[in-house]
Amino acid sequence: MYQYDQYDQAMVDARVEEFRGQVARRMAGEITEDQFKPLRLKNGLYLQLHAYMLRVAIPYGTLNGRQMRMLGDIADKYDRGYGHFTTRQNIQYNWIKLEDAPQILADLATVEMHAIQTSGNCIRNISSDHFAGAAADELVDPRPYAELLRQWSSFHPEFDYLPRKFKIAVIASDTDRAAMRLHDIGIQIVKNDAGEIGARFYVGGGMGRTPMIAPVIRDFVPALQMVSYAEACLRVYNRYGRRDNKYKARIKILVHEIGADEYRRQVEEEFAHILTLGLEPPAAELERIAAFFADPGLETGLAEGYDRSDPDFAVWADQNTAAHKQAGYKAVVISLKPAGGIPGDATADQIRLMADLAEAYSLDELRVTHTQNIVLPHVKQSDLYALWQKLDAAGLGSANLDLIGDIIACPGLDYCSLANARSIPLAQKISERFASPERQRTLGELKLKISGCINACGHHHAGHIGILGVDRKGTENYQLLFGGSEAADTSLAQIVGPGFSEDGIVEAIETATEVYLKARAEGERFIDTYRRIGAAPFKEAIYG
Amino acid sequence: MAETLLRLRVDAASGAPVLSLADFLASDNAAAVRIEPGEDARALLPHLARLALVEVSFPAYGDGRGYSSARILREHGYTGELRAVGDVLLDQLSHMKRCGFDGFAPVKPIAAEAAQQAFATWPDVYQKTVDGRSPIWAKRHGL
Repeated sequence: MYQYDQYDQAMVDARVEEFRGQVARRMAGEITEDQFKPLRLKNGLYLQLHAYMLRVAIPYGTLNGRQMRMLGDIADKYDRGYGHFTTRQNIQYNWIKLEDAPQILADLATVEMHAIQTSGNCIRNISSDHFAGAAADELVDPRPYAELLRQWSSFHPEFDYLPRKFKIAVIASDTDRAAMRLHDIGIQIVKNDAGEIGARFYVGGGMGRTPMIAPVIRDFVPALQMVSYAEACLRVYNRYGRRDNKYKARIKILVHEIGADEYRRQVEEEFAHILTLGLEPPAAELERIAAFFADPGLETGLAEGYDRSDPDFAVWADQNTAAHKQAGYKAVVISLKPAGGIPGDATADQIRLMADLAEAYSLDELRVTHTQNIVLPHVKQSDLYALWQKLDAAGLGSANLDLIGDIIACPGLDYCSLANARSIPLAQKISERFASPERQRTLGELKLKISGCINACGHHHAGHIGILGVDRKGTENYQLLFGGSEAADTSLAQIVGPGFSEDGIVEAIETATEVYLKARAEGERFIDTYRRIGAAPFKEAIYG
Repeated sequence: MAETLLRLRVDAASGAPVLSLADFLASDNAAAVRIEPGEDARALLPHLARLALVEVSFPAYGDGRGYSSARILREHGYTGELRAVGDVLLDQLSHMKRCGFDGFAPVKPIAAEAAQQAFATWPDVYQKTVDGRSPIWAKRHGL
């Protein structure tokens, strides 16, 4: 894992002091809320319905036990004893006092963490594959490239007042576990015909009210020109992205309106200029960063396989672990989606327990997934049973990864000032309706995603089943969508028909699963059947 | 409207009348121009030699196009005064300086002492820009 040197630490410390001063000026009335807003947002502090919310960055979703433990301690000390892991691999605290915020950032800085650029119209925390460094199918570990971009994008002086927020994801395998093409810039690390490593740039994807899948803007950018190319992409956007309407200000609209070819032409022109400026960190810097990720301490020569005699354990191991590149290991996903629970929430005690377990069983590493779960990436297969017993005892043993209970949901109207409808109670109702583990497994992979408004923080466009909460004449109403995917077969979900009440939509989903079970061919997932038979049979069953 | 001028230059400020971009391009001897957020700074590139002052307008602090305008001018060798004008606030000063601004004309005056503190916000920087600072990656590798 990456470790700060004196420079990284000094930058984060400087930011804490800067923000301490800004909060003091705000509390003394020297700056207005309007002037303070962009400053607090760049430090992850939102004003929500009931309190301030602090969003802490977890760069590319990777953290160690000490950092995780601090997240638990902050939940106890400054919040109400829990935290909420988000779809961008971050954590949010929902009950923060403004006057505490500088000290929380100072506490975070002691474990090489921060809340820098987790909000505001700037380059946000960079996300990545939650199995990076462990996945059997990756070309290389994408995180060194993400860290290089993290440093480049931190306090970038030119791109701090972009037309709108800007999200970057970096992956390095053909299986997309990071919804890469639904980002403002999606980067896939690839190898060219000459065997060199480089970056494929997808630009102009996103969800929100106008979901778009990013087109390829350049097939291969040499690794040591990646920062310069990103700089060119951002400069064209900063200069020409729309600023007249915040709903048309994301880069996807620019790319869509001028077309990918024209955007590419402008970027290439800017890129040619930028290459003359020598802005790119040297190969030695990428090597320095990569060395931190090279070897987490995996043992060699371990045998494949483990004792599966406990049937409950075997079910969990089959559902919640993934192949590891090293023989004798598995990547373990800890579900934060118990039946009836709030997706992505964990108590301070659970967070600290996961920190302990990472130290004991996963070479001191954890990951946050964009599906709001936690990964222990490097677990010996011989330790799986002991690990599962401890997770299960703490309410963290749900065996529902990628099943209908593994719901993504935004905070919704329970917390968020933008929301039109509540997401959390609906997620709880659905997970209770489908609480039976056998029933969930019968239904197989079924990604259900709920957003409480059109901004799509709950990724409803990318759900096999998506739900969008809207306000219809003062009452919460839920639209139903089918057919989205954020994986390598990225597609956008389509609205099925008229919306429902909270209870009505639970019924509609149940009906849809019955249509699927009747119609499915051998080996088909819900989405496969939907793609094959189309919306009509579902509509007929749901709306009659 | 109160307006103070902060300058990081030792030369005297240009007294030349400041023209709009269109008027500047129509004249062949003007030495000062103001560009608005939507105007292309590259239109000035053929005329850099005769320019002593470029004002970059910030009608609202949240419109960041002026940061790119400033860098582009510096990257192409402009050495005259580059002045941020308008809704220029204390908390934007350090980034503006990093993008090449060396003059600041905020609508709401900023105390010189507070400005000096703002310019000193960052002990180091991650990016190479046009302010001459050596980025962290260069220091790490003795470049």
